[in-house]
Amino acid sequence: MKGVSPILVVIALLALVPIVTTSPVVLNFLVTTLMIALVGQGWNLLGGYGGQYSFGHAAFFGTGAYATAILQLRYGVNAWLGFAAAIAAGALVGAIIGAMSFRAGLKGSYFALVTLAFAEVLRIVASVAPVTGAGVGLLIKLDLRPEAFQFQSRLPFYFIALALVAASLIVVRLIEDSRFGAYLVAVRENEEAAKALGVNVVVVKFTAMSVSAAITAAGGGFYAQYFLFVDSGIAYGPWISIEALLAPIIGGAGTVFGPLLGALVVKVLGEIAKLLTGDAPGLDLIIYGGVLILVVAFAPRGIAGLIVSVRGVFQKARDTAALERSRG
Amino acid sequence: MAEPLLHVDNVSKRFGGLLAVDKASFTAEAGRITALIGPNGAGKTTLFSIVSGFAAPTEGRIRYQGADITGQPPHKLARQGIARTFQITQPFAGLTVRENIAVGSHLFRPRRIDALAAARAVAEAVDLGDALDQPAISLTVAGRKRLELARALAIEPRLLLLDEVLAGLNPSEVRDMMPVIRAIANRGVTVVMIEHIMQAVMSLAEQVFVLSEGRIIAQGTPHDIAADPRVIEAYLGHGAAQRMTAGAAHG
Repeated sequence: MKGVSPILVVIALLALVPIVTTSPVVLNFLVTTLMIALVGQGWNLLGGYGGQYSFGHAAFFGTGAYATAILQLRYGVNAWLGFAAAIAAGALVGAIIGAMSFRAGLKGSYFALVTLAFAEVLRIVASVAPVTGAGVGLLIKLDLRPEAFQFQSRLPFYFIALALVAASLIVVRLIEDSRFGAYLVAVRENEEAAKALGVNVVVVKFTAMSVSAAITAAGGGFYAQYFLFVDSGIAYGPWISIEALLAPIIGGAGTVFGPLLGALVVKVLGEIAKLLTGDAPGLDLIIYGGVLILVVAFAPRGIAGLIVSVRGVFQKARDTAALERSRG
Repeated sequence: MAEPLLHVDNVSKRFGGLLAVDKASFTAEAGRITALIGPNGAGKTTLFSIVSGFAAPTEGRIRYQGADITGQPPHKLARQGIARTFQITQPFAGLTVRENIAVGSHLFRPRRIDALAAARAVAEAVDLGDALDQPAISLTVAGRKRLELARALAIEPRLLLLDEVLAGLNPSEVRDMMPVIRAIANRGVTVVMIEHIMQAVMSLAEQVFVLSEGRIIAQGTPHDIAADPRVIEAYLGHGAAQRMTAGAAHG
């Protein structure tokens, strides 16, 4: 079995980046990339491993972001505790939406549409409810102390984002190697066959959705502390639902490193586009769309899948060569 | 006489205006091979779906190990030892043979490593030992049928429902598969098989039930069944038995 060592190697390498550069631009880029990788890892567990394609992971991201902000502002809860509670709140929202949609037997595009609808309903409610700051949004008070989950420089944020991504990678890796993981993939591949083998399909999907939502909510809570501002469009807007699924699909859905790989590619392309064209609004989305089409057409298993098949081609070439030699 | 392991009691299933199964009853004695035969569309697979919990009967009861299990969901029945295969094979296409079987082995083995080890043993029992690391999608028809069987065996069933595991195999593959099924029964697993290949039914089954247009029209040993005029008529049409007898007399 593969174990967690490749994850530790990748995280250790990323942890060395600040030795090379501590430029705020680079760190900011990496922090947002890691945040998308985290959000995408949540989507990946449910969508990539479980085959349940959600179009509404904003529901969990937004809940994480709002819970972090509201608990501090309205209830005076410590930011770190608020962040932890936000992860739990995300899991709860995932559990509720999961229980409703999976018990009703929603699958495929119906499930996707319902998740989208939930996220949109939450966005509209958040844009009018007083507790979420309605249309104005919520500004977290500046309090640059580590105890308040706020820092002078971007460096601590970088390491926190990295630690969160590391945790999400390890969680998904451990799930991959567990009975729950085997059942989740079985549900993706063939629900009827899974049922016949004793898999409680509804419970498996429900659990996956709760864990998935918790991971994505962690990304939302981190966002709130990093930018110190949340409004309904940011928290529950479609942009984050799109990035949540784009990163793993481009990187390789159903693989541990897919979301991280995909987030890097998507963000690098986004930055290049900005450099080339000036900051034309919406251009990044056009780029994402283009990349998505290319990936779906030419690398349906994402970049991670592409690496595996390229390796396979080389392996085959080597095998053939070896065979020729042994014949010759 | 001891109660049979499985007792399907007056089960009916209606799909809208169609009565797919009409007050069908049959039993499966523990440790034996029972066959369910009948023309296409007779309702055999529907009956299997009802027994394995994939469909609820419109009326009637299913008793298993002396308890009423009517309407329980498939995953609960699997836990109680009822396994089924699918007529149209349903592999986890993206997984390897070993991973496919391990999903079943996991039922009573929480640890991945134990499930994978058990999967190997099951694969060897159905002669899939050499294909363990192949993707399920690369298997031949015969291989897929074996995989269906292996996965069902992996949950260590007491009752195994085989839905045409021999269909689509060539005669030599059928010959290879028959001893595998017999070996399963010899290990104490009760087998109920839906089968069209009469050669296999005659040689494997101890008890045969014939289903036609949703009704059980005959039951008995394979030998009795093959001579039963009602069965011949069900397969070959009204009057066929009479014509055959007449033909035999003239010939």
